[in-house]
Amino acid sequence: MNKIVEKEHFSENVVRLEIEAPRIAKARRAGHFVIVKVGETGERIPLTIAAANPERGTITLVIQKVGVSSRRITDLNVGDELTDLVGPLGEATHIEKVGTVLACGGGVGVAPLLPIVEALKKAGNRVVTILAARTKDLVILEEQIAEYSDEVIIMTDDGSYGKKGLITDGMKEVMEREKVDEAVVIGPAIMMKFAALTTKEYNVPTVASLNTIMVDGTGMCGACRITVGGKTKFVCVDGPEFDAHQVDFDEMLLRLNGYKEIEKGAEQQYLKSKDK
Amino acid sequence: KERTALKRVHMGEVAPNERVKSNVEVNTGLTADEAIDEARRCLDCPDPTCITGCPVEINIPKFIKRIELGEFLDAARVLKETSALPAVCGRVCPQEKQCEAKCFYQVKMQKEPVAIGYLERFAADYERESGQISVPEVAAPNGIKVAVIGSGPAGLTFAGDMAKHGYDVTVFEALHQIGGVLKYGIPEFRLPNSIVDVEIDNLKKMGVKFETNFIVGRTATIEDLKEEGFQGFFTGSGAGLPRFMNIPGENYIGILSSNEYLTRVNLMDAANPATDTPIISGKNVAVIGGGNTAMDSVRTAKRLGADRAMIIYRRSMEEMPARVEEIKHAQEEGIEFMTLTNPVEYFADETGRVSKVRVQKMELGEPDASGRRRPVPMEGSEYDIEVDTVVVSVGVSPNPLIPSSLPQLETTRWGTIVVDEEKLQTSIPEMFAGGDIVRGGATVILAMGDGRNAAASMHNYLQDKLNP
Ligand SMILES: Cc1cc2nc3c(=O)[nH]c(=O)nc-3n(C[C@H](O)[C@H](O)[C@H](O)COP(=O)(O)OP(=O)(O)OC[C@H]3O[C@@H](n4cnc5c(N)ncnc54)[C@H](O)[C@@H]3O)c2cc1C
Ligand SMILES: Cc1cc2nc3c(=O)[nH]c(=O)nc-3n(C[C@H](O)[C@H](O)[C@H](O)COP(=O)(O)OP(=O)(O)OC[C@H]3O[C@@H](n4cnc5c(N)ncnc54)[C@H](O)[C@@H]3O)c2cc1C
Ligand code: SF4
Ligand code: SF4
Ligand code: FES
Ligand SMILES: [Mg+2]
Repeated sequence: MNKIVEKEHFSENVVRLEIEAPRIAKARRAGHFVIVKVGETGERIPLTIAAANPERGTITLVIQKVGVSSRRITDLNVGDELTDLVGPLGEATHIEKVGTVLACGGGVGVAPLLPIVEALKKAGNRVVTILAARTKDLVILEEQIAEYSDEVIIMTDDGSYGKKGLITDGMKEVMEREKVDEAVVIGPAIMMKFAALTTKEYNVPTVASLNTIMVDGTGMCGACRITVGGKTKFVCVDGPEFDAHQVDFDEMLLRLNGYKEIEKGAEQQYLKSKDK
Repeated sequence: KERTALKRVHMGEVAPNERVKSNVEVNTGLTADEAIDEARRCLDCPDPTCITGCPVEINIPKFIKRIELGEFLDAARVLKETSALPAVCGRVCPQEKQCEAKCFYQVKMQKEPVAIGYLERFAADYERESGQISVPEVAAPNGIKVAVIGSGPAGLTFAGDMAKHGYDVTVFEALHQIGGVLKYGIPEFRLPNSIVDVEIDNLKKMGVKFETNFIVGRTATIEDLKEEGFQGFFTGSGAGLPRFMNIPGENYIGILSSNEYLTRVNLMDAANPATDTPIISGKNVAVIGGGNTAMDSVRTAKRLGADRAMIIYRRSMEEMPARVEEIKHAQEEGIEFMTLTNPVEYFADETGRVSKVRVQKMELGEPDASGRRRPVPMEGSEYDIEVDTVVVSVGVSPNPLIPSSLPQLETTRWGTIVVDEEKLQTSIPEMFAGGDIVRGGATVILAMGDGRNAAASMHNYLQDKLNP
């Protein structure tokens, strides 16, 4: 069960896995995620379903190595099985024809953005996508995104590819130039915070997909909770997508750091054990 | 006469300073001699009132007499006629409010009741340790597929009974382990997982299939399962949704629901350095609430090394809903009880980690709807307590996964599923439901009773429908 059938490196730290999961492949919609656990002593971590192939019975995950659990899964190879895989979880993206949508993906956030861009395009929207990364090698899924976008703008911090600048620079340019009816932003919390502030200036309704810490992913623990519009919401069941202008990103940034020290220690230990 | 002169047996316990160093089970169980002596106390009453106190009406004098005769395996068999998980109930039932509260000794003689729970545990443990567990007889397969949603005590009991009738039973469980609250909630020091696993193995031997990592309504819908041939459904999806108090600062780091805290420790084994799931269990831990879940959390905190492990509860000791035994064990372990005290706000350090809780003293006013005296805040009584971890344990709501995926399923405004009281049938005729998803937070034995009754009703329903 849950066998890995394909593995591809997008960059040194970003890996695409295609995994057998026939039921999830059939049931999932854009915006859904899964919870994965590798090994009996593994941790449960959430990962977005970047794509699915119901005929083949597979789902695709794109994973960035940031700590022990993301490394454990990206160290698996074709033929290996995930110990546990459950989903699809979360509310699917609300897809509607609204006109022009500005889709913004930062770093590995481009992976969860892909199925949304595809669904938005298929619903008849004009889709302008901005992909942002620190440097050229970290730009992922450009071709796949281009297939469903009317225009793709690439922004790199160091100018090694596309335009030099932050994602918000690219967003401003588009919103200055044409009427944008809606924006979708997915990426690191700090990027989403500033992207949301930017679209607010232009009064563009904006959806952000939040990546809080989770345990069960089914609404049972409250680890993923966050304040939206002054109310506590559980990202795994009420989200992961929310009105970005209502999200308390500062609270989210703090909560993401809740286990930082232990996590760093666990990662070091894992890397050391691999060296042996 | 001489029976009534005997003294109630004392349950052996690991010493408090010893047991807080590990997850060792606190109660050590009775020896065979102790069990026989205790069984002697039972008067085999012509009208055994104890049975009326047991939600599944175990034939209490019958199993106790078997123990008195030294026929321990027979005693276990009597238990299993009515209870699917006697080793579990013998450990976690609130006996002092149920069977033992109705014992002749207690009711008529103002003496300590027969230790029914201890004896139940003894017989079940004896059977398990003897290696001669009786696997119940299973009727010839009838080929009818039924699905069970959730693997807590309600679902497991239902599954066992349907397997006995010959049905082809599959239990679907959202988490990666089977057992519901028995696994992720109740800690090892009260209910070792190995005991639950033996019962699950038994069900497997009876032909019950288990699918973990499967959320009915998500991974597949009820419609999908019907297409795959399932003809009956039992929902035992529990009351898994944690409540918070919605007071300022409640989302600071270090403030967790008891579900999160216990899940990390019990399901994910986070306190074990060999596992990847992190947990921060501080030196000053406050647990908000007074139920079993609060008591399990605060005693867990102590075991994870807290210097101060505190219960903050807004009513008084008398109103505390936790089991008497758990409160007693907690007190022995050095847990501080701050009663008539309620949190009103949290404060954090510059990293966002909780550092203080502001509490307010309460006094008891008029009785409320539950008959308990309502706590009323005392103006100007606020003070601060230093904390670095807070576990919020103020109750749970029904799991909304099944109701939200089935709009035609009738629910109450609290989110519990509406069932016919006797048949446990829902507004969808082929779906039955029981346990916490119907009752709100209740008990293991009530969930099991529901599983048993629902199995009997579904059996009738399916037989009538399929063989008119
Ligand atoms: C709905 C959702 C979808 C996601 N989709 C993707 C995806 O498609 N690709 C991808 O690479 N990442 C995705 N993530 C983030 C991914 O879950 C985390 O990077 C991963 O859990 C980190 O675990 P770790 O042990 O490798 O790193 P750690 O070193 O343990 O943690 C690194 C950081 O990741 C975050 N994190 C830690 N544990 C968890 C946890 N249990 N759940 C969530 N975040 C955690 C914390 O901010 C932490 O500081 C998603 C997160 C959410 C909530
Ligand atoms: C910490 C704690 C301590 C307790 N202590 C005691 C005690 O000492 N004595 C006592 O009698 N009672 C105690 N209780 C209460 C008791 O555990 C519950 O009343 C009992 O477990 C309810 O059983 P259940 O079968 O209804 O549901 P649960 O045990 O809650 O199991 C429900 C299961 O269903 C699964 N599920 C939910 N939705 C789906 C879905 N859509 N698809 C698949 N699976 C799903 C859940 O993951 C869960 O595993 C305690 C509870 C807690 C939390
Ligand atoms: S199941 Fe619970 S209530 Fe019934 S006899 Fe056993 S301990 Fe008592
Ligand atoms: S009421 Fe007490 S003494 Fe009488 S049969 Fe029941 S357990 Fe025995
Ligand atoms: S991850 Fe547990 S409630 Fe959301
Ligand atoms: Mg981790």
